[in-house]
Amino acid sequence: MGGDAVNVVNEVVAWLTDPAQWSGPDGIPVRTLQHLWYSLLATAIAGAIALPIGVYIGHTGRGALVAVNLTNLGRAIPSLGIIILAFTLVGFGLVPVLVALVALAVPPIVTNSYAGVRSVDRDVRDAAEGMGMQGRQVLWQVELPMATPLIMAGVRTSAVQVVATATLAAFVGLGGLGRYLIDGLAQRDLPQVVGGAILVAVLSLLTELALGRVQALVVPRGLAGQGADAAVRAKVEKAA
Amino acid sequence: MTDGPAPVLAAELVRWSWIGDHLDDIRGDLVQHVELTGLALLFGLLLAFPLALAAVQWPRAYGPILGFTGILFTIPSLALFILLIPFTGLQIQTALIGLTIYTLLILVRNTVEGLRGVDPDVREAAQAMGYTRGRQLFQVELPLALPVIIAGVRIATVTTIGLVTVTALIGWGGLGRLFIEGFTLNFTTPIVVGIVLSALLAFAADLLLVGLQHRLTPWARSGGG
Repeated sequence: MGGDAVNVVNEVVAWLTDPAQWSGPDGIPVRTLQHLWYSLLATAIAGAIALPIGVYIGHTGRGALVAVNLTNLGRAIPSLGIIILAFTLVGFGLVPVLVALVALAVPPIVTNSYAGVRSVDRDVRDAAEGMGMQGRQVLWQVELPMATPLIMAGVRTSAVQVVATATLAAFVGLGGLGRYLIDGLAQRDLPQVVGGAILVAVLSLLTELALGRVQALVVPRGLAGQGADAAVRAKVEKAA
Repeated sequence: MTDGPAPVLAAELVRWSWIGDHLDDIRGDLVQHVELTGLALLFGLLLAFPLALAAVQWPRAYGPILGFTGILFTIPSLALFILLIPFTGLQIQTALIGLTIYTLLILVRNTVEGLRGVDPDVREAAQAMGYTRGRQLFQVELPLALPVIIAGVRIATVTTIGLVTVTALIGWGGLGRLFIEGFTLNFTTPIVVGIVLSALLAFAADLLLVGLQHRLTPWARSGGG
């Protein structure tokens, strides 16, 4: 592969604008929906596992060391290896890919929701208790709302990583936009490979932007400034 | 996929004799992994340093620099490697350019934050002592910014070690090659070896950088803070 860049651009444009590419089970719309479906499923499962853990650790202060180091551990484990290992053990299907994607998405959500709850000012917590709030009320009415900027930053980080890593699911036979990349590499079909890569890049950037919007909507108005700051702080995760 | 050697594989995740027979291959993969990581970080630092200095000098440039490196950072690595193929083919440059690009966001950000965090009083004292701008940067500001810069290098290093494995899909990969081998043979041993060694490499590199910081910032040791 390689060669004349101008030629490649023309071929890629031809590939992307070919009507045949935009219909049928191998078409771009179906592949995009598959990609989003895997990503949504993995992020939702990861959130259901990680949020309670992170919030519990933040609220009680127990297991803080785990919460802080989980992200470092997650960073050191290569996600392509986990996907292929799970595939070799379980066989073809959505489960091995989901296992890898969930494992990848859990650490940032745990670490950020822990940090979010922890970052609530000691005085604010004392004030809530002084007003007669019980532990549970402090959690639901004070700590969680104030932690939303960081919690959302964690979910966003994970979701963007999952969308990127879902590309690798194609390597073990699943659908999604990664198909164009993996099939194109195997067939030495440069327009397909590059066209697919452009689609994957655009989908990742759109996911990042869309979740930024969601974050702005979900974060309480009084904390709006902290959302951007939290996003910057959390945005250093990359697994694939 | 469900029939065949699966029961045997479930029984043994790691066949030690295979490792013994393939020590030379594994060593080669490890060396390639270290080389790709080291070169990507070297180029990353060489690019990030001037960018960070520019951002400190002209604060208005900082936003656009972070935005641009952030967009590049968001692009999935396989996609970025592939987008480079029309220009550099399947040569090592494709892997290296991609890996280098991913280090930029973290390195630029931490270098800028580190330099900005230097106490203004210290800067004034250096000026009053007649330090030129260059000497002040290299002998006063950079050493003081070093802990934050090295924190960035640590994150970039561990991240790069993980990303190197993805370059196996474009013919490189270091230890990531073992994943492809295990996949092709439907055999878990190489995959486990690849995962464990690349995680160990990440931890070792991280420890090394902590040690380096300890040595380079002797004034920070006794202060405990």
